[in-house]
Amino acid sequence: MDIFNDFPIGLFFMQAFILLILIALMVKFAWKPILNSLNERETGIADALAAAEKAKKEMQNITADSERLLQEARAERESMIKDAREIKDKMLADAKDQAKAEGDKMLANAQEAILSEKKAAVADIKNQVATLSVEIAEKVIKEQLANKDKQLQLVENMLGDIKLN
Amino acid sequence: MNIASKYISRVALLIILTFSLQGFSMSDPEKEAHVEATEGKINTKEGIDNYIKHHLKDSHDFHLYSYTNDAGEGKHIGFPLPVILWSSNGLVTFMSSEFHHDDNGQVIVNRGGSKFTKLHSVIYELDANATAISFDEHHHPENAHKPLDFSITKSVFGMLLAGLLMILGFRALASGYKKSPIPTGFARVLEPLVLYVRDEIARPNIGEKNYRKFMGFLLTVFFFIWVLNLLGLTPLGFNVTGQIAVTVCLALFTFLIVQFNGNKEYWKHIFWMPGVPVLMKIALIPVELLGILTKPFSLFVRLFANITAGHSVVMGIAALMILLKAQFGTVGATGISVFLTLFLTVIELLVAFLQAYIFTMLSSLFIGMAVAEHDHEHEHDAHGHEVADTEDVRADFI
Repeated sequence: MDIFNDFPIGLFFMQAFILLILIALMVKFAWKPILNSLNERETGIADALAAAEKAKKEMQNITADSERLLQEARAERESMIKDAREIKDKMLADAKDQAKAEGDKMLANAQEAILSEKKAAVADIKNQVATLSVEIAEKVIKEQLANKDKQLQLVENMLGDIKLN
Repeated sequence: MNIASKYISRVALLIILTFSLQGFSMSDPEKEAHVEATEGKINTKEGIDNYIKHHLKDSHDFHLYSYTNDAGEGKHIGFPLPVILWSSNGLVTFMSSEFHHDDNGQVIVNRGGSKFTKLHSVIYELDANATAISFDEHHHPENAHKPLDFSITKSVFGMLLAGLLMILGFRALASGYKKSPIPTGFARVLEPLVLYVRDEIARPNIGEKNYRKFMGFLLTVFFFIWVLNLLGLTPLGFNVTGQIAVTVCLALFTFLIVQFNGNKEYWKHIFWMPGVPVLMKIALIPVELLGILTKPFSLFVRLFANITAGHSVVMGIAALMILLKAQFGTVGATGISVFLTLFLTVIELLVAFLQAYIFTMLSSLFIGMAVAEHDHEHEHDAHGHEVADTEDVRADFI
């Protein structure tokens, strides 16, 4: 096998020529656009991953914020409810106290009025009794002077009248 | 290590085969006449040897198979390819069918004032006054010389086919990216291969900074060799990467790229090795210069030897079908042959990829060594001498 003796120089030049043209064509039409696209895609993927990571962090922040807000709102609601309950209780207590005081006052007034009425009535009765007593005594005296029976009857009648009064 | 042992066994196989073929290559005219008589029917040891030898060589027509018809005449199935010659009378072109499948210097083609004949796949131009080719005692033609042969031979045809396939495939991949960043269809298969060459071969060996510049060459060479290796395994019978001219040319490209891109450090390491005594520096110059040449040499021999050995072995094993017919009968011999050929072809499928990978990998490694920046400070031993790190001795193991 005298391969070096028979070295096909023509084939060598054809190969060199074809390879040069092929490299040029492939670089222009295939490798350059392919490698550029691959690079673009890779940087794109890296960027997208970074963005996703960032978005995730932001999302976490937002979630934390909303959680905090919710917590605050809940606490606020709680305190508001508590306040309201306190106010209600207080109002109720106040109202009760006031009503009681009013009632007491009214009661006291009523008692006072009753007492004064009573006093007036008693005084009136006293006056009337005194008047009646005087009248009765007058009449008794008058009757006594006429008839003893009649005087007694008269007293009795008069007493009956008083009862009716 | 595995690759190395495989390589050694391949070379050994090649050597054995070469020597075994050598015995028959001294073919005397009688034997040749015998082969000629049974043209189209190959059933002897010599016939098989010649057939394999013929296959390993480049040829001027695209020959698929031959058969002998009922009338006893040999028929060839295939098509002729254009012959382009730069003869002593200028450019001559004709179709290879002019030779009528003659490969023994019998048919003389008269074109452009010159006489041509084909002998063992090589076209010779007869001297002006000669009418037929005559041989010296070594069976070399004595009244003819070889013109510059730029024919579209089977190998050139194979290269053009491979180039066309590559352009079609990768154009599709490139234009696919315009539509969407994710390739579809066959481009999906090609993209990981491109990524593989970029991320596993070019980047680690050349370095992040410089690798872009060499991607065009590395990708083209990788796919060119691989496609041609695979074409060689098809029944079309290409043996392009088994042509020494092709592998020499490929290795020469790597060699030139390395030399033209070598930086100051690279040349300094060759002509004035830093960190060694002056006498040693001088002694190292021829060694380093030799190293420049052995690198491309190993590249082209490796590829050529692997593919040639692969083709020889597969064809030899396939020929067992004929050779073992006497011992094992038709069915037995065919069974053995088919099984072994299948097995070897699967291995060759792997070798096809492996050789493309190794060629590209070593090319990028050599380029990487030429463009590497030695800005790192070497470790110094107790005497203040530099200790070579792995990067510096890496080349010694290739």
